[in-house]
Amino acid sequence: MTAPLLDVAGLEAWYGRAHILTGVDLTVGRGEVVALMGRNGAGKTTTLKAIMGLVGQRAGRVAFEDRAIAALPPHRIARLGVGYVPEDRRIFADLTVEENLEVGRQPPRPGAPAWTPERLFALFPNLAEMRGRRGTRMSGGEQQMLTLARTLMGNPSLLLLDEPSEGLAPIIVRQMAEAVRRLKAEGLSVLVSEQNLSFAAAVADRASVIEKGRVRWTGTMAELMADEAARRAYLAL
Amino acid sequence: MSAANRLEVRDLHRSFGGVRAVSGVSFTLESGDLLALIGPNGAGKSTCFNLLNGQLRPDAGSVRLDGAELVGLPPRRIWALGVGRTFQITATFASMTVAENVQMVLLSRARRLFGLWRPASACFRDEALALLARVGMDAQADRPCGVLAYGDLKRVELAMALAGDPKILLMDEPTAGMAPFERLELMALTASLVRERGLAVLFTEHDMDVVFGHATRVLVLDRGRPIAEGTPESVRADARVQSVYLGDEA
Amino acid sequence: MSFLLVQALSGLATAATLFLVSSGLTIVFGVTRIVNFAHGSFYMLGAYLGWSLVERFGTGVGGFWASVVAAALGAGALGALMEVALLRRLYRSPELFQLLGTFGVVLVLQDAASWIWGSEDLLGRRAPGLKGSVEILGQPFPLYDLMLIGLGPLVLGLLWLLFNRTRWGTLVRAATQDRDMASALGVDPARLFTGVLFLGSALAGLGGALQVPREAVNLHMDMAIVVEAFVVVVVGGMGSLTGAFLASLLIGQLQAFGILVFPQITLVLVFLFMAVVLVLRPHGLMGRAEETPPTAPAALAPPLTAGRGAGWGAALLLAALALVPLVAGDYALIVLTEMVILALLAASLHLLIGLGGLVSFGHAAWFGLGAYGAALLVKHLGAPMPLALAAAPLVAGIGALIAGWFCVRRSGLYFAMLTLAFAQIVWSVTFQWYGFTGGDNGIVGVWPPPWAAGKAAYYWLTLGLCAGALALLRRAAFAPFGYALRAGRDSALRAESVGIDVRRHQWLAFALAGSAAGLAGGLYAFSKGSVFPTLMAVPVSVDALVMVLMGGIQTVAGPLAGAAVFHLLEAEVMRMTELWRLALGLVIVALVLLFPKGIVGFLADVLADRRRRA
Repeated sequence: MTAPLLDVAGLEAWYGRAHILTGVDLTVGRGEVVALMGRNGAGKTTTLKAIMGLVGQRAGRVAFEDRAIAALPPHRIARLGVGYVPEDRRIFADLTVEENLEVGRQPPRPGAPAWTPERLFALFPNLAEMRGRRGTRMSGGEQQMLTLARTLMGNPSLLLLDEPSEGLAPIIVRQMAEAVRRLKAEGLSVLVSEQNLSFAAAVADRASVIEKGRVRWTGTMAELMADEAARRAYLAL
Repeated sequence: MSAANRLEVRDLHRSFGGVRAVSGVSFTLESGDLLALIGPNGAGKSTCFNLLNGQLRPDAGSVRLDGAELVGLPPRRIWALGVGRTFQITATFASMTVAENVQMVLLSRARRLFGLWRPASACFRDEALALLARVGMDAQADRPCGVLAYGDLKRVELAMALAGDPKILLMDEPTAGMAPFERLELMALTASLVRERGLAVLFTEHDMDVVFGHATRVLVLDRGRPIAEGTPESVRADARVQSVYLGDEA
Repeated sequence: MSFLLVQALSGLATAATLFLVSSGLTIVFGVTRIVNFAHGSFYMLGAYLGWSLVERFGTGVGGFWASVVAAALGAGALGALMEVALLRRLYRSPELFQLLGTFGVVLVLQDAASWIWGSEDLLGRRAPGLKGSVEILGQPFPLYDLMLIGLGPLVLGLLWLLFNRTRWGTLVRAATQDRDMASALGVDPARLFTGVLFLGSALAGLGGALQVPREAVNLHMDMAIVVEAFVVVVVGGMGSLTGAFLASLLIGQLQAFGILVFPQITLVLVFLFMAVVLVLRPHGLMGRAEETPPTAPAALAPPLTAGRGAGWGAALLLAALALVPLVAGDYALIVLTEMVILALLAASLHLLIGLGGLVSFGHAAWFGLGAYGAALLVKHLGAPMPLALAAAPLVAGIGALIAGWFCVRRSGLYFAMLTLAFAQIVWSVTFQWYGFTGGDNGIVGVWPPPWAAGKAAYYWLTLGLCAGALALLRRAAFAPFGYALRAGRDSALRAESVGIDVRRHQWLAFALAGSAAGLAGGLYAFSKGSVFPTLMAVPVSVDALVMVLMGGIQTVAGPLAGAAVFHLLEAEVMRMTELWRLALGLVIVALVLLFPKGIVGFLADVLADRRRRA
């Protein structure tokens, strides 16, 4: 078996003096969708940010395509082919849809699907109708689509997707799930953080469950769905 | 202690740029209540809190404390009338010691904040220590707040809220960041304060053990709207609540 | 009618220059969130470079314009250099450090320019091909100014195209809104920011080079333009290009017609206009409310501690200082008197910054107001010194009470800008109200009466009054009032939610600090025997900030040590070299980069470190 696309070992992270991640281990293989599950405050978002280089202080090992990236600044990590889609969307509200896509544009990369605005508009038909519109005048679901499309413009081979279903109407959630499945079919690898078990079940191959800054459970999605005890302990009501 | 207190919230609405953050929220809070406000992230819980303590102004609706309208008053006036709160992201005065944090609230209560002569650290120290003892923080009274562990800060927050001698207490995720046994401890403490002082508490919480272990009633929000209210048992059995948390719709 | 038209046109020409400079300032602010004091210096350097190049190559039309462009590019290159060497390290620092750091560059460039080009005004060549004037409704109007009027909208148009039609511009706008998100998308913010500094500084340089045919090039151009550009940027809305354009037009007209109606107070008009705009539209004409405040988070402040035996230490120091006249000569006593006065000035500013987190960039106003209050009483009413000294803190306190009402309505950078504006108002009234204040000539003959005329006697008097005022300030810092101020700084949200009226505390602190500075000013007036408008100018405000910063913000004793070291340094360096500003500028830059905690904070860290090892 070849080395995984993303290999995280003993990742720690701090916000100020708060020690949020105490040792996260997880892997994402090529073409695989891995769900990072856990309750609010468990450390899902921080894990993705730490991989991306967006937290102030971090320690541990992060390898992407066998290359240590834990000490690189975010823009270098992005240029290697890691795409980050934040939970709070963070679209550039003053920029139009097309300009948002332009900011994300990077040269095509071997081994990863190459995206153009036209291909993305085909994937997200809603966006095509509002390409000249500014971000301030979009609904939450449209913003979530745009955030994803913008990151895809960088032609990433790995996507870090932070709680894509959060706060969205059920119909949009279904569209998101469909989009993630199509991206996987295009050959993309995805690490998706989720609280929503059924969303994760719909898209993920494997799951890692995080609690208090540490991965407590790893297995296939099917195993997680079958393991009532793990779900009760780490996820559900 | 004091006569029965009553916070009546009627039909609160608040939007941000077209997005309805809180829409049609009503409830009543009386002495002895421990009402849990729960819902997924972004359901409008924090907005709800900010509307109640005056940090945000509602687009419509009313909040009455013992009959007096609170909407439109600044936070410090609402506090003075007896509505205390703790914050989700702890906001203590980081450059002061634990005791001084509580003393500040006591000084504010006594309207002695404009004193220019007597050192502040000598004012109300015993009262502050007594409150800190109540929440189990008296041993750390002279440590700077800036270096405390998260769970300890939450306790200081509670002491600060009590120092204002509130009738109504709003607690935004009072146990976030605490170890499980600490959570139960803090909530047990809160419950006993409710009994002792005739307090009414509204709190948000993600830990369902805490919610169903201590709340007297539960109010569930989803995308700004109330979808269920009642006893913990009835809410736990509610199908809509199940679907909001488990995401059966996908 | 035709006269009014020509007046309006000359207002437009002024507006064009203002826009060139302030567009650069607003672009730099929008992206880096740093208010760049050195922006005016790039304008000045553009003018000097332009003058040299035009003298050499500017006889023909082509040579002239090539020189102007080359001067702009030179200023741009310097701006880029400053980004790489200084600003890059300050993006996450508190705004005080950013403001001071860039002011350090101002001082360095001032002395550098003086060293290269001398301190004489330089008159430049007129622009070839644009020397004449045209008749407009029978009134002559310079052709060159007409060209400038056209240039303003042209530059606005080009900038609009740059930001809206190029990839670079799109990336800049994205990074302006969310630096971290842009970098997570593969955009290198560092390179983008260097480019932005180049562009902004080149615009300032262009504005400066274009002045060569219009007015004499001199060493005061930098502060004059940067303060006006601040006003334009704040009025227009910080970061907004169209706002800057609109504000330039308004202020150009205000100046052109203000001089007809109120020739005495044209400068005041501009600043009053800004204060009114800020109160009515807090984010300027075209600015929008920030979701996050435009300032970097202040460093976490440790608890303020009295320190063991601080009271005894202070008493010993006071006793030692009181004994100095027995051994020291007159010169030493003069230096020491000034040092004690400056210590009070620094301590009063520390009340605002250290406790309230309020960075005032106009504290000299209250120092100067106290000095002038005392001097004017002596001059116009023949008041005795004790009365004049009692009036000094009163006058300054009342002034600060009025200004403070406006200033505390805003926080962070806007507060700093408002205090600067009020200081400029006070300064310009003093400067322009010739009949009452003596204008530039100041007021002389403000000497103490015979009983206090001896150097030792006046020193003792100063020491006594300052020690008393310092003791009061210190009491206030540890009293509930000082704690409430700190509470508002640590967490305004929390403070309001436990009943603390943060704004009212800040307002009173502003007045208290103002009147303490006023007492220092009054004492200063009698120690020098004269007062001048420079007492309330920006450099004095900055001196006070440097003293506070030098001593360290987080300790009560810091400002005193800072004032002492600063004054000694000033006296010594000035004796050795002409280049005092250069030295001071370098000291400031070193302070913000290397010793952000100041002398006392640094020593405390060293001591703590040693204790830990022992």
